[in-house]
Amino acid sequence: MADNIRKRIFLDRLSKRVMLTLTIFSLLILVFMGGGLYYKSAEILRENSLWTMLTSSVWSPFNGEFGFWSFIISSIYVTLLAVIIALPISLLTALFLTENTKPWVRRVVFPVLDILAGIPSVIYGLWGILIIVPWIADELGPRFVDYTSGYTLLAGGIVLSVMIIPLLVSLFVEIFSTVPKEIKDASASLGATAWQTSRKVVLRKSTPGIIAAVVLAVSKAFGETMAVLMVCGNMVEIPRSLFDSAYPLPALIANNYGEMLSLPKYESALMFAALLLFAIILIFNAISRIVLQKVEERFKL
Amino acid sequence: MKMKFIEEKIFNVLMVLATLVVFGFFASIVWTIVRSGFPTLTWEMITSLPGGGFYLGKEGGILNAIVGSLLIVFFSASLGLLISIPIVFYINVYLRKKSKLGYFTRLSFDVLYGIPSIVYGAFAFTIMIFFGLKTSLLGGIIVITLLIIPIFVRSMDEVAKSVPKDLLDAAYSLGATKLETCKIVIRQIMPGIATATLLSIGRAIGDSAGVLFTAGFTDNIPTSFNQPAATLPLSVFFQLSSPIPEVRERAYAAALLLTIIVLILSVGARLITNRFSKHRIQ
Repeated sequence: MADNIRKRIFLDRLSKRVMLTLTIFSLLILVFMGGGLYYKSAEILRENSLWTMLTSSVWSPFNGEFGFWSFIISSIYVTLLAVIIALPISLLTALFLTENTKPWVRRVVFPVLDILAGIPSVIYGLWGILIIVPWIADELGPRFVDYTSGYTLLAGGIVLSVMIIPLLVSLFVEIFSTVPKEIKDASASLGATAWQTSRKVVLRKSTPGIIAAVVLAVSKAFGETMAVLMVCGNMVEIPRSLFDSAYPLPALIANNYGEMLSLPKYESALMFAALLLFAIILIFNAISRIVLQKVEERFKL
Repeated sequence: MKMKFIEEKIFNVLMVLATLVVFGFFASIVWTIVRSGFPTLTWEMITSLPGGGFYLGKEGGILNAIVGSLLIVFFSASLGLLISIPIVFYINVYLRKKSKLGYFTRLSFDVLYGIPSIVYGAFAFTIMIFFGLKTSLLGGIIVITLLIIPIFVRSMDEVAKSVPKDLLDAAYSLGATKLETCKIVIRQIMPGIATATLLSIGRAIGDSAGVLFTAGFTDNIPTSFNQPAATLPLSVFFQLSSPIPEVRERAYAAALLLTIIVLILSVGARLITNRFSKHRIQ
């Protein structure tokens, strides 16, 4: 009997140790990731100044010149464009789903959002190539510019926007549902229409949450690789219009993975690009997650 | 009519339109993939390896990519489960509700969840170089395991958090150790585990940027962990960049196959969340 209890307690302590170790180890993944990428990009950071790499747009690996500016600005443009397209659509859809609708609409729309969120990025890329790129090249482009291949900043922005809509809508629906029913009723009792209540009460109450959700979507769009690689055109230049090709950071890394072993400095440069991506997304994500948690706690009953 | 009612009408229409736009995107994607992939998706494609001149449009199939993807998904999902279930137990049973460690663990998994797979790929690549590994099945399994652990932990934790504290107290009062109490928790979070597994498999099978560096690509089925492995998304990607129409058409078929798998997983996850809650105490 005593033996049995000793054994049980021993097992309990042992498993606690194992679980603690795994938990601590998982916390360290982020540290290892940052450390590993920094270690790999140390070579390029020693030889080139950080400032020049971030602001120069001269990219010629064979001469040892690594200016990341055109990739960084491409990433920023594509991401901004995606958010500009996706934000109004997602806000309106989320309001529609939370404020004034019948249960069957939710039963149809939520699975659709689930599926959209689960579709692999290669499939989005393929869709972009088959639908969006020809549409831009043949229909939309000729109205504004003389010639465009269709593989453009705009194509990347549209495809990315569809990819972040499910994330935005599901976050917005969650945030809107934390707004207490009492204040909505108070607004309605003062004679506000449903839309006035949505705009002046629901949207205003959820502003911090909305911003946090957008930041989260921005970081998802910023790191998305395959789909933008397939539709953006990938020319090393600063895009001047929506109909120019763009070359975002993740696409740069993915496109050159095979060649990078031949030039050690090149490999180091690509690892630096990955480090840059990691750092930006880490900061964005941490901030928005903390804000979202605060929002949730504030309204928890 | 007053201004505010006109505004109301306009925005009601806009909301419906926005929802329809989302639907439109969904329909367009599914329709495009089905229409372009269906004519070329044959039994031969699913059951044979790439033959000679496959990438010039000659006969063969994508069995290499299907098996490669399945192997990677199987091993990383099992490894992922083994690693993440203890973590979920630890932060929910062993730690107190307000614990700092629990807070940081959850936050770090939230952040890890947002790190793009290309960064995981680059990171795993540096690990592989460090240990002297070449692009291989093992490399693919490492990167996908790292990638899906956050999904596992987050979605299981979501369910585990809602397990009532009284239930745990009842177990303790009967003399159960914390480890034994975990057996009760595991029954409670069973649906969560199943959903998390399906979600992870969905993400694992669709990921391409991560395995690009690490698993490589091959026309054969890997027979050991040291050999490179092909994956479905990369098979789509590589065939799509071919100038030959027949090869591109096969990329469409592979894309359709991938979409069908992901659709089944996604619908399955939803069904399980709704039905598979036998032991659940509200």
